[in-house]
Amino acid sequence: MKTFDAIRADLSAGTTTCEQLTGDYLRAIDAGKSLNAFLSVFPEKALQRAREVDKKLRVGKAEPLAGMVVAVKDVLALQGERVTCGSKILENFVSPYSATSIQRLLDADAVIVGKTNMDEFAMGSSTENSAFGRVKLPQDESRIPGGSSGGSAVAVKAGMATTALGTDTGGSIRQPAALTGVVGMKPTYGRVSRYGLVAFASSFDQIGPFALCAKDAAQVLNVISGHDEKDSTSADVPVPDFVKALKKNVKGLRVGLPKEYYGDALTAEIRNAMEKKVDVLRSNGAVIQEVSLPHTEYTIATYYILATAEASSNLARYDGARYGFRADGVRDLAEMYTKSRSQGFGAEVKRRIMLGTYVLSSGYYDAYYRKGQKVRRLIQEDFLNAFKKVDCLITPTSPTTAFRAGERTDDPLQMYLSDIYTTSANLAGIPGISIPCGSDKQGLPIGLQILGKHFDEATILNVADFLENAKE
Amino acid sequence: MPWNEQYEPVIGLEVHAQLLTKSKAFCSCSTEFGREPNSNVCPVCLGMPGVLPVLNRNLVEFIIRMGLATNCAIAPHSIFARKNYFYPDLPKGYQISQYEEPICSNGWIEIELEDGTRKKIGITRIHMEEDAGKSIHDQDSDTLVDMNRCGVPLIEIVSEPDIRSPRESYLYMHKIRQTVTYLGICDGNMEEGSLRCDANVSVRKKGETKLGTKTEVKNMNSFRFVEKALEYEINRQIDLLESGEKIIQQTLLWDSNKGIAAPMRSKEEAHDYRYFPDPDLAPVFVDEKWIAGVKKTLPEFPTARRDRFVSEYKLPKYDADVLTAEKELADYFEGVVKNLVKKTDESFKLASNWTMTDVLRVLNEQHIVLRDFPLPPNHHAEMINLIVDGTISGKIAKDVFEEMLKSKDSPKSIVEKNGLMQVSDEGAIERVIDEILTNNKGQVEEYQSGKEQVFGFFVGQTMKAMKGKANPKVVNEVLRRLLEQMKK
Ligand SMILES: [Zn+2]
Repeated sequence: MKTFDAIRADLSAGTTTCEQLTGDYLRAIDAGKSLNAFLSVFPEKALQRAREVDKKLRVGKAEPLAGMVVAVKDVLALQGERVTCGSKILENFVSPYSATSIQRLLDADAVIVGKTNMDEFAMGSSTENSAFGRVKLPQDESRIPGGSSGGSAVAVKAGMATTALGTDTGGSIRQPAALTGVVGMKPTYGRVSRYGLVAFASSFDQIGPFALCAKDAAQVLNVISGHDEKDSTSADVPVPDFVKALKKNVKGLRVGLPKEYYGDALTAEIRNAMEKKVDVLRSNGAVIQEVSLPHTEYTIATYYILATAEASSNLARYDGARYGFRADGVRDLAEMYTKSRSQGFGAEVKRRIMLGTYVLSSGYYDAYYRKGQKVRRLIQEDFLNAFKKVDCLITPTSPTTAFRAGERTDDPLQMYLSDIYTTSANLAGIPGISIPCGSDKQGLPIGLQILGKHFDEATILNVADFLENAKE
Repeated sequence: MPWNEQYEPVIGLEVHAQLLTKSKAFCSCSTEFGREPNSNVCPVCLGMPGVLPVLNRNLVEFIIRMGLATNCAIAPHSIFARKNYFYPDLPKGYQISQYEEPICSNGWIEIELEDGTRKKIGITRIHMEEDAGKSIHDQDSDTLVDMNRCGVPLIEIVSEPDIRSPRESYLYMHKIRQTVTYLGICDGNMEEGSLRCDANVSVRKKGETKLGTKTEVKNMNSFRFVEKALEYEINRQIDLLESGEKIIQQTLLWDSNKGIAAPMRSKEEAHDYRYFPDPDLAPVFVDEKWIAGVKKTLPEFPTARRDRFVSEYKLPKYDADVLTAEKELADYFEGVVKNLVKKTDESFKLASNWTMTDVLRVLNEQHIVLRDFPLPPNHHAEMINLIVDGTISGKIAKDVFEEMLKSKDSPKSIVEKNGLMQVSDEGAIERVIDEILTNNKGQVEEYQSGKEQVFGFFVGQTMKAMKGKANPKVVNEVLRRLLEQMKK
């Protein structure tokens, strides 16, 4: 498994080609079939593109991601390919257009090798909710890789792609990154265009990279970031060079440890692993202080009220009328709707549609949705207040390491708590990154989360890069 | 059908107007009418997975125009909402609309009642939304969907319950139509559905201040039906109350064939739209500068224009009313006026007469709108110039007018080509009259013996002989002179 820097060195030394690299990744995908990380793979297309990139490399006219082979979560549209969202309802839906993020990767000469498995419509924390079977943790196939972007996390971990794109609505990039032991980043809301990302919860969803190291994540972020006129919520703010932001230095950096994130839910092993990394920062000149995010206890409830409300509306279009799955043997319109949706959606998606429909319904809107919006603002203010004192926050990514498949499927609330440390960043719209932080007694990866100010991905990437390379 | 005078109806209207923007509300598809089904579509308006709406700024501009024209407050900050319901012609499963925080609120417009008094009708709010597609139910019980209209921008104008009769509703609708067409934001065609109207109706005993239970009447797709349907519903409600029954709050559909408003099936109206702010669209910010810019582009409104036509062109109020009823006609008239050589009250009145009678007659006969009228204002003005300077007579002008409609030639070239110039030359006219008098000795004698009406006969004969081209004034003069001479 090689980082993009190493790949580029090989390419310029002439010891490999983009075509060879792509072939290697395709063989890894084939060898790792049991992990069920991919929903579709395009070998011919990928190799064809790789040859084109090689041509460009030979004449020195290649774009910055030449040599990078990318897997994308199957919730992102790629023209002419299926976009299933892990759902039976879109099983055979072929997208007529490409997502902006994917187009930007292609324009930068990345090769897209396939589309990865996921929890249906990105709803889940274990990638067990896919209509096409669960994704397995490479280190222990009886365990889950986290979710919902479990396929993308596994693709990077198992050497099936250099990097991968995932989406993060409540932790769906950071949590699987932590559980599989790779880097996973959720940019600031508005940093990356959502055009072509099949919406789960529009005001939460963000696209971000999985990578073996912070620098690779920065390279991808450089390409996919920036305003897009097709997405009114994409921010028209300057995009810095995130690779240049890796200063190899944390002197004077003010780091906050939110005390609410280090409560009883956390195991001693994870706590100790975190403390070791914090010590590294301290000994290298960072200033560590405890901060408080007083509304933390409301994050999960607020998230599940607001995100499901948006989902209930976003998923209304899958009705069997124009595309996607339509149930057989229906007598009238109402039956077409109810049967297509009952048979097409999985249990978790239906649960969330019902939750969201309930919180928006007349008589309950004020008590749930409107109140949820108010609490969301309080949570945002918590972060803004904390960031007056510190430059970034360090927390665990997940309260536990990878659990066994089936362990939480009967208990949705327990499953929802997997995201207890990650959903706040989506409520506040701030960027967050999860990096590997040692492992537990069973050898399962632990993740450390760094949260930053709005549009200050540079700082958290720098901290991530520093911790990767610093000696403990 | 009049109603029991002890009762007073209370009516509020919700009017949807389809806007004439070139592209749809949230994508760049064309709004062109009459294209092949499902040709003005793209992934965005088809609600494909992963697409996002992007607001068309022209839509905001159009609604600001309407807001200003109806004396509304324009909100500096307004938001879009999703109205959720399932229907095959609604591809996203929700319609983008505005709910809380609409862009325009608290306005009014004035209607002129038959007795000439003016009445203000309050406008509660005007908001933006997108239209749905069209379901086509064919004979084989299949339903086909045409998405060309899906995403076309609409505004919804909600009135206060200030309207007190079907007639007032009719006048209000006309005023709305006049306003949107003057502003150029909607073609105002009710029959084709670019203007749609729903009504909230209740009745109460006169003097009562509490509102009665209201019903909603939909599907009134012409100005006439608005009046008829409301008369029907008012009478229905009064009859129920008179017989001691209660009004049920429900939605009724006007059936123009049967002449009744029948309740919708309760299943169809049991909607909980679950409105909530659309997270895909940023709030709309409208600053003073934008409003001021739009204000500058507003046209002169009908009432002001009518008053100006009376004072500037000295037209009778009747003429001014007819000419300003529709912006296109008023613009046409002023286009003629602009090209008149002699700007006198006489030529203004001529232009008015020709516009009111001949132009409107042709529009009626050919069932066309002014946009398709073949005679441009400058040609029309040239014809009036020829009348005023005596080149052609009013009678010849009628022929020139018809010829212009057919050939689209300029009046000058038609007159020249066909030798239609009016003859004012006394010598030429005298020669003709001489001959007529010589050939009609009997009639001359009759005239001499005091039968004045024979004079008309000579005029007619002269005009006939000269193919209508003789200047009637000169004919009169010469004829009188010659007849006088013959007396001696
Ligand atoms: Zn479109």
